[in-house]
Amino acid sequence: MEAKTELVSMSHGSGGKLTGRLIREVFISRFGMAEPLTDSAVVDYEEQRLAFTTDSYVIDPVFFPGGNIGKLAVCGTINDLAVSGAIPKYISAAFIIEEGFHIDSLKLIADSMAFEAEKAGVKIITGDTKVVEKGKCDSIFISTSGIGILPADRVHIGAASRVKPGDKLIINGPVGNHSIAVLGARKDLGFVSAVESDCASLNILTGKILNECREIHFMRDLTRGGLVTVLCELAGMCGNGILINESCIPVDEAVKGICEILGFDPLSLANEGKVLIVVKKDECEKVLKIMRKDPAGFSASEIGEIIADKENKVILKTQIGGERLLIMPTGIQLPRIC
Amino acid sequence: MKYIDEYRDRELISLLIKRIRHEATGNYRFMEVCGGHTAAIRRFGIQSMIPENIALLSGPGCPVCVTGNLFIDKAITFSHFDDVIITTFGDLIRVPGSNSSLEKEKSKGYDIRIVFSGLDALDIAKTESNKKIVFPGIGFETTAPGTAATIKEAFSNGLDNYYVLSSHKIMPPAIEEVIKDGAAIHGFICPGHVAAITGSSIFDFISEKYHLSCVVSGFEPVDILQSILLLIRQVNTGCPGTEIEYSRAVTKEGNRKARMIIEEVFELCDEDWRGFGSISSSGLKIRDKYGQHDAEKRIPINVKPASDNDLCICNQILRGIKTPDNCALYKLKCSPESPVGACMVSEEGTCNIYFRYGSKN
Repeated sequence: MEAKTELVSMSHGSGGKLTGRLIREVFISRFGMAEPLTDSAVVDYEEQRLAFTTDSYVIDPVFFPGGNIGKLAVCGTINDLAVSGAIPKYISAAFIIEEGFHIDSLKLIADSMAFEAEKAGVKIITGDTKVVEKGKCDSIFISTSGIGILPADRVHIGAASRVKPGDKLIINGPVGNHSIAVLGARKDLGFVSAVESDCASLNILTGKILNECREIHFMRDLTRGGLVTVLCELAGMCGNGILINESCIPVDEAVKGICEILGFDPLSLANEGKVLIVVKKDECEKVLKIMRKDPAGFSASEIGEIIADKENKVILKTQIGGERLLIMPTGIQLPRIC
Repeated sequence: MKYIDEYRDRELISLLIKRIRHEATGNYRFMEVCGGHTAAIRRFGIQSMIPENIALLSGPGCPVCVTGNLFIDKAITFSHFDDVIITTFGDLIRVPGSNSSLEKEKSKGYDIRIVFSGLDALDIAKTESNKKIVFPGIGFETTAPGTAATIKEAFSNGLDNYYVLSSHKIMPPAIEEVIKDGAAIHGFICPGHVAAITGSSIFDFISEKYHLSCVVSGFEPVDILQSILLLIRQVNTGCPGTEIEYSRAVTKEGNRKARMIIEEVFELCDEDWRGFGSISSSGLKIRDKYGQHDAEKRIPINVKPASDNDLCICNQILRGIKTPDNCALYKLKCSPESPVGACMVSEEGTCNIYFRYGSKN
């Protein structure tokens, strides 16, 4: 008998439209979360406002140039909190490990988790360990949750509620490196590249910016769906259009070259240490200055602006001076990239 | 010279645009035959930069788009055998057949693997010697030599478990169909990569038989704009011919070695094109000498003839008669995540490209 119900396909895990539909139809309808869906949930507990986030990591391979699954998990969780405007405090980590996995590898993973957490001023305070039979999971999967403190004047940042036409968009550095580094590390692709993942925690950088600037209207880390996904989501959330200047988007030469060969668009590739910031025009230069002094933002660039547009279009001024729309990516981009 | 940035040079591009504006004194309808050209035009926003009296229409040069339901139905049927592994290009996996797609069959647990070249499929055949490896071979003269090489290698190494399901096609008969259908096209931006293999002379019939213009083009913005300019000049002077813009890759004769391997392994046959039906002598079937690697000969299946979705206007889009915006299904019932027609699945399909890059202008 063939199954009559729809089956989960790899496209459901891409982070694009199908993922969104799955989340809405299966989870939100049953759990009753409030939209818009942001990287962290905001919970009020007595006088304190907390940001709470959770994530799971299934990246293949577990070790890749620039990081490993453990560093990725800690940085990813910190970033989800940081871009909500929160100060990350505590992390939990659950491990699902395949029988036969090397304990030495596990130690390396745990070492880098501890290192990243300490660097970011965050504590890993609880966890869980499960082992499954060989073949029942691939090497190791990690699931992390994080809690941060959200100052009252930063609640709007995750929700984009103050974003207005004229606001400027900034990113902290070149896009696409994480995807290319992971692809390069997968033995089946047949090319070697020197590209390293940009995997890094961003809370020190975002903390500096938020402490010194008053007009930060939105922040979001550019992960699985890349810059394009975040831009399309932002346009929908703030009810405006966006004009992006392709020539201003930093892309490393090596990434550019590999994208040309493989037919990828760097703007929709995954990143693990990139943040999009929307700031009031007057404060744009100040934000850029702060970013360029920080190792996580030294090649920061202003890439475009919010424009009034009822259709919430994201328009790309192409590198040769033409125009086209940026559309939410669909289908499988690259599976198991984070 | 990096062969990328030089062909995206803004100054050179604005110079070309100026010339095009100056010389385009009439109305022009040009067809870019290859999906790679359509993608570049949309990706760089070229259609937003040229004057409105030049219409760029997409043609039948996306291999996935012209692959009929029957071919997908056959690949799916093969995948249901316990001892068969389907090794396919990623582009093909989401193309809908009559009732399902390879992706859907994969999620049911059938062994369907994505490969980046036919050589990967051969490697799988070597390591999984107790399985039958079926490689659905699609594409024009560009990919046919690669498939032919895998068949030859399997043949000479005695890899008896490697089979090709061939739907390879050749380009000229489809262009001829488009001309006969009367889409009122003045000239063709012809596929540079096909011509790199075949030589530009296969397109000579366009001017010699039909008195229409033809420029074999590269895929960068400067290439495409230069080709448009050359086409305008051919039309203006009333002297159609076959010009090679993509001279860094294309000659009149092409790649002799690649042509010979196609000739050795394949022979011409009538072939089913999605949107066109059967076109005589437009397909490449495996010669009897290599018949032991022909999936259809060696693994008998019984698949019913299939028809396309009636509402899908892929047939008119592939001929340059209509654009995706004219289709009732476009964006509503047909989108990249739930495609009705193959033109929405492939990254080189017109509908997918319009969807992905927006149909602005």
